[in-house]
Amino acid sequence: MPTEIVVESHPLDPLFRADRLPHIWCPGCGLGPVMACYAEAILDSGIPQDNHVVVSGIGCTARIPGYVNIDSYHTTHGRSIPFASAMAVCNSNLEVSVISGDGDMFAIGGNHLLHAARRNVDINVICVNNFNYGMTGGQAGPTTPGGARTSTSPYGCYEAPFNVPWVVASLGAVFVARWTALHVRQLKNAISHAMEKKGFTFIEVLAPCPIGFGRPNDLGEGLDEMRLYLEECVVDPDVDLARANIDLRQKEPIVLGNFVDIERPPFTTVPEAFRE
Amino acid sequence: MTSLRGERVLTGRHFMNGDTACAEGALAAGLVFFAGYPITPSTEIAERLARRLPEVSGHYMQMEDELASMCAILGASWTGVRSMTATSGPGFSLMMENIGLGMITETPCVVINIQRGGPSTGLPTLTAQADVMQVKWGSHGDYEPIAYAPSTCQEAFDFTIKAFNAADRYRIPAFVMADEAVGHMTERVVIPEASEIPYVGRKRPVPGEQKLLYETDDSLIPAMPFAGEGYRMHVTGLTHDERGYPDTTPEPHERLVRRMSEKIQRHADDIIEVEEWQLEDADIAVVAFGSTARTARRAVSNAREEGIKAGLLRLITIWPFASKHIKALDGRVRAFVMAEVNLGQMVTQVERFTSKPVLRANHAGGKMMPTEPIYDAILEASRAN
Repeated sequence: MPTEIVVESHPLDPLFRADRLPHIWCPGCGLGPVMACYAEAILDSGIPQDNHVVVSGIGCTARIPGYVNIDSYHTTHGRSIPFASAMAVCNSNLEVSVISGDGDMFAIGGNHLLHAARRNVDINVICVNNFNYGMTGGQAGPTTPGGARTSTSPYGCYEAPFNVPWVVASLGAVFVARWTALHVRQLKNAISHAMEKKGFTFIEVLAPCPIGFGRPNDLGEGLDEMRLYLEECVVDPDVDLARANIDLRQKEPIVLGNFVDIERPPFTTVPEAFRE
Repeated sequence: MTSLRGERVLTGRHFMNGDTACAEGALAAGLVFFAGYPITPSTEIAERLARRLPEVSGHYMQMEDELASMCAILGASWTGVRSMTATSGPGFSLMMENIGLGMITETPCVVINIQRGGPSTGLPTLTAQADVMQVKWGSHGDYEPIAYAPSTCQEAFDFTIKAFNAADRYRIPAFVMADEAVGHMTERVVIPEASEIPYVGRKRPVPGEQKLLYETDDSLIPAMPFAGEGYRMHVTGLTHDERGYPDTTPEPHERLVRRMSEKIQRHADDIIEVEEWQLEDADIAVVAFGSTARTARRAVSNAREEGIKAGLLRLITIWPFASKHIKALDGRVRAFVMAEVNLGQMVTQVERFTSKPVLRANHAGGKMMPTEPIYDAILEASRAN
């Protein structure tokens, strides 16, 4: 006879707004593990919880800040990065992270991402890539692979997608990684490392969107996509990022890893003449 | 060797242009963070602050566009500092999105618009007053902005300070709707002692007392916590309840939008400022603001010399609109003349609050309003009866 396990508390309890749960995400969505990894990284960061700030734009991923029990700002579509940049500039005691989706960051907010990376603003960017616009019901976006079906690419997507880590690495980001919602240990460690680093850090997280993207592209349920990650992902930090494109429908290796880890002076508003 | 530290308040008499006066007004008001994108005819504000902010340990951040600029000053504001951006028409259009975010999240900040001729690229270097409805209605949804219209370089300085105080007091983005004529005009600006600069800060939560992020009293203005203080707030552009949590249903939406609107309407008498000149016995009231108020004054003066009893109602705040003043004049004057450098925007507001004839003096932009069209309208109004 199975024994009932009563859990009185969980180490991550202080990190969540219990009165906001359950969350709005669909069954099989990959955002839960991403949120848990972020919460664990906060807990392990050694930085007081009250010094952590999280900013998002609009979309399913952008709802994460609403559930995390820290100062959180759910802004406009694509604009999380300038909002977060200003916070980091004005109060250097804040550990500012941005969590938003691929559409938010690479379509409507693409320009802000480029410039924040170029400037090397001291923020941690976590971009969850589910290859479509999930919140609005599964439309093609800037990471939708060519040929993939969505509600606005019924004949297959005509466009070439962004190769996300390659773009961000080219801009001089000091840390660029890619993991998946399945690789929770590696993802949590990458977020922790990003929090330790000064400057613009960027982590792409592949996550299943079984309703918006999985179903029309015959990827099955969320669990099936997780299995796909298990079978197809290859960790290769030294990969030529030009070759790090992803198309889940082709049974090709998906390259993961901490690709870039360099030092570069972070953005400052204090001119040389004014430095001590 | 000269010190790199500068004075925050440049007390003394200066000869400076309106743009520079806006920048110095902002510094005197305690500006810490400026985000902007160069655009004629407001660029001198950014240039001045790029030089001056580091001198006072502030932050000048040049953004990639005006979308980012507006969003950045909101983020800065939540860290507890005074923040500002400055732009002109095309940039102002881009800012509309995050002006809405500022309104719904009740984020104090200041936006300066040195107006130029539009639509679109229009007249980059030449004046207009054609964004005065955009500042009221440009972002989607209902909101009540506070907007000042300086007529002189001194007022560019003074009204920027007023805008910061109104923004903080009412927890709202506040606007300085100057025009190119004032922005690029150079005249005397007297900057008072630092101790004489008026300051009204934000209402702050008393630790342990305020339980909810958007809890309010009769003022309808919620106290504002800052990031990193342990409040663990959630701030969202979605319709939210008093906790700050999203609640996208009709009832909380009605409550939120109505409160945000009423928090300005309830304090309208404190916010609205006008200057009344020669109106005591006037038969004809000229209404004007910004640079146009200067020539309107001359037109009124000329009319008086001809024995026509004209007077001037100068709008210092264009929003909220001075409806009470128009209503009061409605019973006293025979006609109004609305003078503005656009094809008839604020005139629709004047018409809402009077049954008397409202004559118009307009042109589409490119030069300051001359005296003659205003004078001619006064003359026409005086002959009409």
